[in-house]
Amino acid sequence: MTFRARHLLGIEHLHPTEITTLLDLADSYADHNRRGVAHRDVLAGLTQINMFFENSTRTQASFEIAGKRLGADVMNMEMQASSIKKGETLIDTALTLNAMHPDLLVVRHPHSGAVDLLAQKVNCAVLNAGDGKHEHPTQALLDALTIRRAKGRLHRLSIAICGDVAHSRVARSNIMLLGKMENRIRLIAPPTLMPSGMNEFGCEVFEDMEEGLKDVDVVMMLRLQKERMDGGFIPSEREYFHRYGLDAAKLAHAKPDAIVMHPGPMNRGVEIDGTIADDINRSVIQEQVEMGVAVRMAAMDLLAQNLRAARTETQGVMA
Amino acid sequence: MTDTLFINARLIDPVALTDTLGALLVRGGKIAEVFDTNPNAGDAQVIDCGGKCLAPGIIDIGVKVSEPGERHKESFRSAGRAAAAGGVTTIVTRPDTLPAIDTPETLEFVERRAQADAPVHVLPMAALTKGREGREMTEIGFLQDAGAVAFSDADRVVTDTKVFSRALTYARSLDALVIGHTQDPGLSKGAAVTSGKFASLRGLPGVTPMAERMALDRDIALLEMTGARYHASQITTARALPALERAKRNGLNITAGVGVHHLTLNEMDVADYRTFFKVKPPLRSEDDRVAVVQAVADGLIDVISSMHTPQDEESKRLPFEEAASGAVGLETLLPAALRLYHAEMIDLPRLFRALTLNPARVLGLEAGRLQAGAPADLILFDPDAPLQLDRSQLLSKSKNTPFDGARMQGKVLGTWVDGDRIWENA
Repeated sequence: MTFRARHLLGIEHLHPTEITTLLDLADSYADHNRRGVAHRDVLAGLTQINMFFENSTRTQASFEIAGKRLGADVMNMEMQASSIKKGETLIDTALTLNAMHPDLLVVRHPHSGAVDLLAQKVNCAVLNAGDGKHEHPTQALLDALTIRRAKGRLHRLSIAICGDVAHSRVARSNIMLLGKMENRIRLIAPPTLMPSGMNEFGCEVFEDMEEGLKDVDVVMMLRLQKERMDGGFIPSEREYFHRYGLDAAKLAHAKPDAIVMHPGPMNRGVEIDGTIADDINRSVIQEQVEMGVAVRMAAMDLLAQNLRAARTETQGVMA
Repeated sequence: MTDTLFINARLIDPVALTDTLGALLVRGGKIAEVFDTNPNAGDAQVIDCGGKCLAPGIIDIGVKVSEPGERHKESFRSAGRAAAAGGVTTIVTRPDTLPAIDTPETLEFVERRAQADAPVHVLPMAALTKGREGREMTEIGFLQDAGAVAFSDADRVVTDTKVFSRALTYARSLDALVIGHTQDPGLSKGAAVTSGKFASLRGLPGVTPMAERMALDRDIALLEMTGARYHASQITTARALPALERAKRNGLNITAGVGVHHLTLNEMDVADYRTFFKVKPPLRSEDDRVAVVQAVADGLIDVISSMHTPQDEESKRLPFEEAASGAVGLETLLPAALRLYHAEMIDLPRLFRALTLNPARVLGLEAGRLQAGAPADLILFDPDAPLQLDRSQLLSKSKNTPFDGARMQGKVLGTWVDGDRIWENA
């Protein structure tokens, strides 16, 4: 057993061997998914609750499908509409849910650290589906799997992460994961969208897109998170696209076989040119979505194994 | 009233900056005489200090007592007991209550409650502007007559420079002390931590340390213009120090303080979103911390405060960005400050200069000195006694201390206010 974690809260606390274990399992799930092989016994009898305090159709659907493919009873809770409007605190919500004995809790929250806080108060396995500007571990894992399948390896690659790094939990989790697997990471962003201290994480920081993209193997675009901005980070979307949007001319500075990634949903014509996004020779964006389901199946499978092992142990002690 | 003679005391004198064995006689609530050897006791009651430290009681500028409005967080009774246990003999209370202390009537309420319940001296501050809203100045004259020792909008900045300059000018005519919070409001809006590698790693909104220097620069310019008497409540960054030094050298009427948490903790202590470490301004880098400790040792920063801010569990058990700011500090001020002494960054007389003498000078008080004629506000403490802090044992109603479980050194053995013993630790 090389995956010991009880929760999947972030990439920060995962060991490289845990990452590899998870990706290996996800890889096989990806193949099975393509062939239509079902695994409804893996999470049979377990209850998975998706708690989204922030809207996300895509991620929630991905977690829901992953759970259902493995046989879990999946329930979605729209937390925006529910108790927080009535003034209930996050911890009370957690305790209430905990009393219903779920097995897997998938949580997205608009505040950094909120999922960690919630995980301290429940007995089930918690999966972070994105907390504020902090982490989005399953996104980084699905990106890693996509890269590994496209490039045949997940080390010694030169990877550019471009765009709104400041507001991106995807960027933070990816920097952590790709760094742990010993890749060269180049961050490209206008200075207003680059968090401070990023060079101390071992990343190279660029303000010029063409310079930053030079000879990279992977181009990872980020969504401009307009909803997280309180104004004035960039002068306009058209100037942003001109200077930082990925088009054929800028992509020409990367390696000829460089792949293009985007976590979605895309702002076409803002951070990425539509023709690049649709170019089946360069873009792996659809594959990322596909790997998302496989990675989430693998994550829930491994966490459920640990959860069952822990419960058996407790019962052994009590007997 | 009988005289009290403290013998075999290690006298910490913040005026002479000495740390010597001696004795001290208290008569009629005041220090009558200081001796360098034990004198004949006569009929005085003798307290043998056994070589432990005898120092002036701490004068803590900027204590939040949550009366009126949030008495469940802290009352004058609980804050007064916590102060006595912590060796604080004078608390200077903040006006950021609900409602704010911005009229002589609310100030009288504070004084009446303090008089009834607190065993230590309580000196209230009043708001500088009505409702702390930064629009109209308060009745500074009436409030001063009613006993306000300083005027401050606490952690709010008066953003309208015209309003602030008028308030400073008016305060100058009454020789009233104005206490400012030096954080540029635009840059610090929404910030939960100091920007940098740690903030980026945790995905928390950060404020550049430059926000402090910018606000200090602005206030210094207004002091130059108005000549008011001004105290910057918390200077916590290296970058603000040259401006402070220059302003003092140019003869402006300016002093500065710092909270003990900024002297003993840094931004990394927040670790995995520990909200008890969320304070305002946020904890800084280790480089800033060391620079600010040095500034206290050099006397550039005048005052160390606890910045005692009680918060209940509900306001802290939240995601970091949503959690309330502030930490209690009355009972941990001394052992926390003594960390600097044990780390050999400052000696005891200089530490007590910042805890007693300088705050007394800022406020124009007689206390804070081991001199004949000064009020007998004294503490006896053992700077080396080890303890492990247990927050449930705090006398404050709120237990939001960042030092829970911390190993510290320094126990208050006794506290005297006007010659009366108000606290004893056996």
